[in-house]
Amino acid sequence: MSLKSTQLPTPTPSGSRTLNPTSLRSRRFSLPRRPAGTVYRGREGMWSWVLHRITGVGIYFFLLVHLLDTALIRVSPEAYNAVINTYKNPIMGLGELALVAAIGFHGLNGLRIILIDFWNVGTRNHRLMFYIVIALWVVLLLGFAPRHLMHVFGGGA
Amino acid sequence: MSTVTIEAAQTRVPERTTETTAVEDAPPGSFVITLIIRRYIPELDDEPRWEDFDVRVLPTDRILDALHKIKWEQDGSLTFRRSCAHGICGSDAMRINGRNRLACKTLIKDLDPSKPIYVEALKGLPLEKDLVVDMEPFFEAYRQVQPFLIASSAPPARRERTQSPVARERFDDTTKCILCAACTSSCPVFWTDGQYFGPAAIVNAHRFIFDDRDEASQVRLDILNDKEGVWRCRTTFNCSEACPRGIEITKAIQEVKQALLTGKAS
Repeated sequence: MSLKSTQLPTPTPSGSRTLNPTSLRSRRFSLPRRPAGTVYRGREGMWSWVLHRITGVGIYFFLLVHLLDTALIRVSPEAYNAVINTYKNPIMGLGELALVAAIGFHGLNGLRIILIDFWNVGTRNHRLMFYIVIALWVVLLLGFAPRHLMHVFGGGA
Repeated sequence: MSTVTIEAAQTRVPERTTETTAVEDAPPGSFVITLIIRRYIPELDDEPRWEDFDVRVLPTDRILDALHKIKWEQDGSLTFRRSCAHGICGSDAMRINGRNRLACKTLIKDLDPSKPIYVEALKGLPLEKDLVVDMEPFFEAYRQVQPFLIASSAPPARRERTQSPVARERFDDTTKCILCAACTSSCPVFWTDGQYFGPAAIVNAHRFIFDDRDEASQVRLDILNDKEGVWRCRTTFNCSEACPRGIEITKAIQEVKQALLTGKAS
């Protein structure tokens, strides 16, 4: 069922394009769904950049809200307390964990990027530095997450 | 007289035996792989589509050999670029299993033959047909960095311009570029911002910026000292990993950044 270029029909002005050889063939593998192509399989460098960008945008939106709620102290201490008290629920508690995780990664990876920029062998060791960043980040979260989650879900205290 | 000889020669050609045919069709050690190729024929397709082909290959074959087999034996409409087929001309860069590679330098045995192999056109450049993209935006950025020697003095009479080995070593890495666009089309910044010069243009600027025979280093540094120049690089290292010539591209870009910061190209 292969199609030869000599068999190409003359292009029709209307949208009546029904010839699709792919759909006529039986195959052993299911073809990928995305016609836009596969995701580029970059390595540590690309994924650290993706994470850096996601955490960066996330931190930006947190800071926006944080500036607003902190500014409430200028309105009245009662208004400030009222807003802060609404944060004391498990969903916001998990949000705080995500915030610390995001800031931790963004900060540590930021140091890695500075070293890539200014340390003359930084570009050759970027992959090693990425794994050091991940290791430090895990240590940071192991120190923070259990205690924080005890506060959030431990009830009172 | 001559026609008789030709006829005689033709009758003497031995018939192919079934044995030789079998060996030729399936040489020892060969196996069948599946290539899933992202096809796009503008006269037929509204959108690119995936098509799979089964090809019998040897482990030492390259992806380019598999593409040739498909084009020559299964579907002549499959379109791709290749010129030298030996990793020098830079024509057959494409995305193989999601990474930019030269089809003529990617051996089947280095991939997992038990799984289908995905072959797509380069990302970030306009798709023209099947695996062929429009390279013009890439070459436009290349031309803008003035990739040629600019020297006001004439070389010594009947001699070339000499250079010390140390001075030559300074930019040796970036002389290896074959302009295949594997780096530029692996760059996430280039995908979303076509105005970015891209790694290849910066590599070729680096090749002259750090050449002590060249007098226009500052001109090229000024061209790259731009929002869409070296400062757009986000050090994702996709370019360094995609380069079929093993150029440390991100390192070269960082060196251009450093030259801009310190104000000296040495």
